[in-house]
Amino acid sequence: MSGLELEDRTRFEQLVLPHVDAAFNLARWLLRRRTDAEDVAQEALLRACRFFRGFHGGDARAWLLQIVRNTCYSWLEKNRPLELSTEFDEELHLQTRATPETLAIAGDDHKRLTLALETLSPRLREIVVLRELEGCSYKEIAAIMSIPIGTVMSSLSRARRQLYSALTNSSQGVCP
Amino acid sequence: MRCDFADSLLQGYFDGELSSRRAAEFERHLRHCDHCATELVDLDLLRDRLQLAHIYESATASLRRKISATLYATAPATAASRPLLWHWLATVAALLFVALLLGKVGPRVDSDDYQAELAGEIVDAHVRSLQPGHMNGIASDDARIVQGWLDEKATFAVPVRDFAKGGFNLKGGRVDVIEGHVVAVLVYERNGHPINVFIWPTRERDSPTRIGSRQSFQWLDWRKDQMEFCAVSDADRVDLEQLHQLIDSFA
Repeated sequence: MSGLELEDRTRFEQLVLPHVDAAFNLARWLLRRRTDAEDVAQEALLRACRFFRGFHGGDARAWLLQIVRNTCYSWLEKNRPLELSTEFDEELHLQTRATPETLAIAGDDHKRLTLALETLSPRLREIVVLRELEGCSYKEIAAIMSIPIGTVMSSLSRARRQLYSALTNSSQGVCP
Repeated sequence: MRCDFADSLLQGYFDGELSSRRAAEFERHLRHCDHCATELVDLDLLRDRLQLAHIYESATASLRRKISATLYATAPATAASRPLLWHWLATVAALLFVALLLGKVGPRVDSDDYQAELAGEIVDAHVRSLQPGHMNGIASDDARIVQGWLDEKATFAVPVRDFAKGGFNLKGGRVDVIEGHVVAVLVYERNGHPINVFIWPTRERDSPTRIGSRQSFQWLDWRKDQMEFCAVSDADRVDLEQLHQLIDSFA
């Protein structure tokens, strides 16, 4: 398998492949489109396989997710650079994408949460996905995103506040 | 008014990530802070909604098949490609090692590393502040205006002065979060180089200056009268030292 010896191949299957769901889920939320996420997840797994000799034990999920996010950001830079460049202006981001109206007519909570989460900038969306959907610890998030733990806390605070306000704005428009 | 604790300690508490000492400190605070109590309830509701809506998306069977197919489409390792692969992996390993040394990867627990971690956060905050569109503070060269703004935002008194005569022009102030605490930041400019001075209260004794550099930025840290100061810039280290003297003579 791409140059891996049989022993490494077994280790790769045991340690890394169980996290394919986590890899796809992160890519799906970072790229917002399933077809793109499938391509990028596949590419990331291939990279993981190539890098595997450099993995000397530890948290295989965090190791894989780090590769997935790097692959996603490289893909975004190449294919949708605007999404990254407008990132600093989160307020603008929030206004231009999902409006309370689109959220309100979204119907069930699955759709509403999906839309609300997609209004967040990629980095804030990513941190919510890692914490709430993937159940990563702060230490794991810090390692995956290469940021200090204090920044994990302050970003989570911002991300949750934005997500919460996107959701409460939308519920004003619908009957309970 | 928003509660300072709410900014990030609350998150750590909610996620069960605080040390027992910090958690107890937060619980004492929670007893008389309605704001934080309400926020906790909101966080709980948000988590429940996220869980109940089942928005986690698993890989489809077809993706799994495609991944297997890609991985097992073995490109036989030829004699020529192997050394290349090793060379490449060695480069990656070396880069990772450097990243570890710089403290960008991996958890650190030693108290010796604490200072490096703190400096790392502060330099990151400095870099964030240089990015376009970053403005959650007040831009003014009037020390009284900056002082008034910071008095409202920070829970501690910040000594604000313009040192234009000494060659350090006051450009403004802001607040930031370092290690879960709100810190005040004074922004100066020296020959076109922005200097951020991070200021927060501390219970530690006064200390002589400690200096270091990270990602091509210099930092200089000192404690005086139960306040900690950390100046960060790409300006010359001598300039930071000079600004330190000016601040100390007035603080």
